[in-house]
Amino acid sequence: MNVDITGARIYCTIPVLGGIPITATMVDSLLVTLIVLGLCAFLTRGLQLRAVSKRQVVAEFLVETAQNFVNGNMGVRFAYYGPFVAALFVSSLMGSLLSLVGLFPPTGDVSTTLAWALMVFVLITYNKIRAGGVGGYLLGFTQPIPLLTPFNILSELATPISMAFRHFGNIVSGTVITSLLYAALAAGSAALLNLLGRSILVAGLVLAAGIALLFKYRSGKAAGAAKFSHKLFGIVLCVLGGLACLSLLPAGWGEMFAGIPVLQAGIPAIFSVYFDLFSSAMQAFIFCMLTTLYIANAAEG
Amino acid sequence: MMEKAIIMAGCAIGAGLALIAGIGPGIGEGNAVAKALEAIGRQPECKGDVTSTMLLGCAIAETTGIYGFVTGLLLIFVAPRIFIGLL
Repeated sequence: MNVDITGARIYCTIPVLGGIPITATMVDSLLVTLIVLGLCAFLTRGLQLRAVSKRQVVAEFLVETAQNFVNGNMGVRFAYYGPFVAALFVSSLMGSLLSLVGLFPPTGDVSTTLAWALMVFVLITYNKIRAGGVGGYLLGFTQPIPLLTPFNILSELATPISMAFRHFGNIVSGTVITSLLYAALAAGSAALLNLLGRSILVAGLVLAAGIALLFKYRSGKAAGAAKFSHKLFGIVLCVLGGLACLSLLPAGWGEMFAGIPVLQAGIPAIFSVYFDLFSSAMQAFIFCMLTTLYIANAAEG
Repeated sequence: MMEKAIIMAGCAIGAGLALIAGIGPGIGEGNAVAKALEAIGRQPECKGDVTSTMLLGCAIAETTGIYGFVTGLLLIFVAPRIFIGLL
């Protein structure tokens, strides 16, 4: 059982300035950019004032949702932050969802999320200075009493770090748990096939039970749910029994069939709904929510 | 060799201890969800608002647990190499 947990892989190194590594993060971020660009180009082709196409309705809905989010959280005077927040949201969501297709998610690298958090930190500082001037910004650290200045500076620096690590940690924890799950399922299916493949009798029995369950309802009179679950169990037992029978084959063939990680089919998809879909959407939403709230808060002074 | 073994063991134990940080968010999020359910029970028409606010709060309350997790990752993947290099 080998568990493979790594960060972003380095594909190659450009030999300038002491070697710039080209990592999976950079390649996949570029891929995300291309996907988003392609989506934008596809959705905004042929915009019209009348006789609106379905595509344009989708595009308008997305833009309106993003704009309403920004207007609701920051107020109408910050409406120009809409594109920025929408871009952050889409890059974060698409970057995290890349793990659905087995690629390395760019948001699973702290460089990506820290870069975004630093951008937000710059915007926060800019808005604070714009609201109160440089003097007011510096004086703000000594509030409410000068004794608290070090703590105020620390809490100011903690903002980008906490934003970056929250996003990064959530995505990486999903990746780590998924790879642990895959390793456990591979080991489990090897043990199961080994157990069933001890003798042809057991393997044949399982196969026979599976076939019996599968063809139980040939006349088609049964209720839906029971029929479905019996068919499902029939298929599972058939596959297990069949593979166990095949693993009894001589001369290397048996070992090949016994090594198929049969449990890895289907089961990770259930966990993927939480760790990939829900967690990705949630973290993208929270990152944008915090961005808007921090910037609006900074501008109020 | 012995020093390396001690370093690896220390890092592994430290990573395990860092994950104790998971207790806090667990209790906190449980409390948050309990209160949200109470609120929904009292005013079922506010279900949407309460749910979205609760999810946001949960995700922010998770942060301390995530810090523990990141510390554990650092202790397993980064710290041993640094400490062995210091020998």
